[in-house]
Amino acid sequence: MKTFNILISGVGGQGVLLTSKVIAEAALLSGLDVKQSEVHGMAQRGGSVLSQVRFGEKVFSPIVSEGEANLLIGFEPLETARYLHFLKDDGVVIYNTRPIGTIGVSIAAEKYPADINETIKARAKTVMPFDGTQLAVTAGDKRTLNLVLLGAALKFLPLKESAVLDAIKNTVPKKVLEINQRAFAAGRAQGK
Amino acid sequence: MKKAILSGNEAIARGFIEAGGKLAAAYPGTPSTEVLETLSCEEGIHAEWSVNEKVALEVAIGGALSGVRSLACMKHVGVNVAADPLMTASYTGVNAGLVLFAADDPGMFSSQNEQDTRHFARLGKMPCIEPSDSAEAKEYIKAAFDLSESFDTPVILRTTTRISHCKSVVEVGIAEPRAGRGLARDFGKYVMLPNNAKKRHVFVEDRLLRLKEWAETSPLNQVIDGDTSLGFITSGISFQYVREAFPKAAVLKLGMTFPLPEKLIRKFASSVTKLAVVEELDPFLEEQIKAMGITIHLGKNVLPLAGEFSQRLVQEKISGSALKVNEPVSGLLVRPPTFCPGCSHRGLYTVLSKLKLYVSGDIGCYTLGALPPFSAMHTCICMGASISAAHGTAKGLALQGTQQKPVAVIGDSTFLHSGITGLINMIYNNGDAIVIIMNNDTTGMTGGQEHAGTGRSAKGTEAPRLDIAKLCQAIGVTRVREIDAYNIKDLEKTMKEELAAPGPSVLISNQPCVLRYRVSKKAYVVEKETCKGCKLCLKAGCIALSFTPEGKTGFVEIDPLLCNGCGVCSQLCTSGAMKNS
Ligand SMILES: Cc1ncc(C[n+]2csc(CCOP(=O)(O)OP(=O)(O)O)c2C)c(N)n1
Repeated sequence: MKTFNILISGVGGQGVLLTSKVIAEAALLSGLDVKQSEVHGMAQRGGSVLSQVRFGEKVFSPIVSEGEANLLIGFEPLETARYLHFLKDDGVVIYNTRPIGTIGVSIAAEKYPADINETIKARAKTVMPFDGTQLAVTAGDKRTLNLVLLGAALKFLPLKESAVLDAIKNTVPKKVLEINQRAFAAGRAQGK
Repeated sequence: MKKAILSGNEAIARGFIEAGGKLAAAYPGTPSTEVLETLSCEEGIHAEWSVNEKVALEVAIGGALSGVRSLACMKHVGVNVAADPLMTASYTGVNAGLVLFAADDPGMFSSQNEQDTRHFARLGKMPCIEPSDSAEAKEYIKAAFDLSESFDTPVILRTTTRISHCKSVVEVGIAEPRAGRGLARDFGKYVMLPNNAKKRHVFVEDRLLRLKEWAETSPLNQVIDGDTSLGFITSGISFQYVREAFPKAAVLKLGMTFPLPEKLIRKFASSVTKLAVVEELDPFLEEQIKAMGITIHLGKNVLPLAGEFSQRLVQEKISGSALKVNEPVSGLLVRPPTFCPGCSHRGLYTVLSKLKLYVSGDIGCYTLGALPPFSAMHTCICMGASISAAHGTAKGLALQGTQQKPVAVIGDSTFLHSGITGLINMIYNNGDAIVIIMNNDTTGMTGGQEHAGTGRSAKGTEAPRLDIAKLCQAIGVTRVREIDAYNIKDLEKTMKEELAAPGPSVLISNQPCVLRYRVSKKAYVVEKETCKGCKLCLKAGCIALSFTPEGKTGFVEIDPLLCNGCGVCSQLCTSGAMKNS
């Protein structure tokens, strides 16, 4: 198969890394070559974070360049818009509509863009926006947003559902597995 | 064999285990931290957080001399701190293998500069090895130990952020049993008095020649046959970008980037029509290859010296034509990092900002106080610099006729790393500044590692807990006070008292990092009717707050999912609109 490229963006502390970890594990379980890149340190303090997963027959670079992404999973609208130009022409966007203000917004020095949803819609053919935070809170913990979004993304992933389910089991700590599985199911139902 | 997805750092840790490594010492630093974190879970390995990189390397040197394979880990700037023992360890050589793992940060995701560690290998005349993915990282650290022992030299294993923090598939092997070599005693080799060092310098030069010869046929350096109209010499992550951008081209991939295999390079260069050298940061390979008299057609004449590369960048710069891509959405707000909701640093900076004090800064989460809305840090150079620089600033101002007490702000981990020496110096030299030690009981910025003041070792076991206040008193500071960084009124009062008091003082905040210790208090709520829309609370600079310009005055809201209940904003509110009961 041709290399499949995914970008996962959000705000530091939202749990972006777990989503990419599960996808990478699912790709490995499917017998594919996979590379995943993430950013640690400074950006995790409430900054903009990006994780990238690429899988296929043989993957060289661990990062996705502009115009190469098949799928963009956004944890927050502004952080989704930031990476739209990385999408292929037929790239898909799945994102959580719950905004998180920047520090500039919080101090009323700047305004969160009111038309952010329209901006995203205008730049991609297939867009799936929904309040993932609400689904995560309903599942039992706002931190399960990563699994909610993964569930919603499932139908666009060239991976078998069973591989993804096994990857969740292998990756998510036992203590919180059940609530994460619930979050995944909620996301999946949303994505259908 | 089991396949796993490991980051470069996890793979290095795994390789260390498989190589029979026994002792690892490190100081945290992005992107290097996870090697020691991974090893700390391993039985039969001594893994420690040392107080700084110099100490970590010296501990590893001691371990190697005792007869066990030893590793020191740090980020690129840590090598500056460890440079002193490193340069002379090159002369003494090793007993059991000694490897220094250093992680560079092109693109500066989390660093204060973009220096290129490979220069240290050249300066110290020791080998530098660079893996290009996790599988290689695991194998290369094993090779590094073999090389260290067979050539009697420390070896630098160098990665960059994209190697350390990218994950790829690794086949996990088994740990080879390795008996210790026993303690080495050799006056001429390990006691670097001038007369011994003179002989060892000759040894070092000869060793370098032998290493060059070895490099010619080393499996670390590989030729990938292909189209010879344009051939590439590259290493590390750049190799992956080259393969992605020019999959058919001939490539000489250097796994060892110092010393270089001259004959191999010459042969490769003469086999291609045009030669490109692709490396991030400095023209380290390029300058050495040019010094061999070889023509490089494409190198730093087209590739940038600053920032990281990508497959797109390599393709565009080498081919000289821009790819057609979509423009980013224009005018988007940037999202700089900021204090976590509930962070104790926030209260401190609210006050420092209000009092408009000159703040000599340091490196850690508290560096974020330099950003708006606080803008209350005026220097940030390197770890430990805050206190010494504040001392110099006070002296310099006095020489210009200005009596002004600067404030130094430093974290607990940074204070123990290299702030202590600055404080001793300030006291000894009759200095005058306010030193604020933000003791949040962890090394916060790098993800919450233990240190000598947390009472726990890297392995999580109980350890002696250093008492920072007592230490400062022992140094000779007479005014040592504890502060509550969440209590803005008290803090302001204390600051004013200390500014007025003659002589230096140390103020210590002892509030745990909310992220590391998962502190979470009940969220505050704003009574819309009571809020006057004055925005005073927004000076807390917290992302849980937002202002809605609706109604007569507008009002502030608190996001219940983000608020941590620290109460700093509520102390700034003069109308009593913020409640958490
Ligand atoms: C020489 C050097 N080593 C390591 C680092 C990486 N680093 C940045 S900040 C920091 C420590 C921060 O801990 P602390 O001083 O306790 O402050 P906190 O982040 O907890 O507020 C480290 C280790 C560095 N920048 N320079």
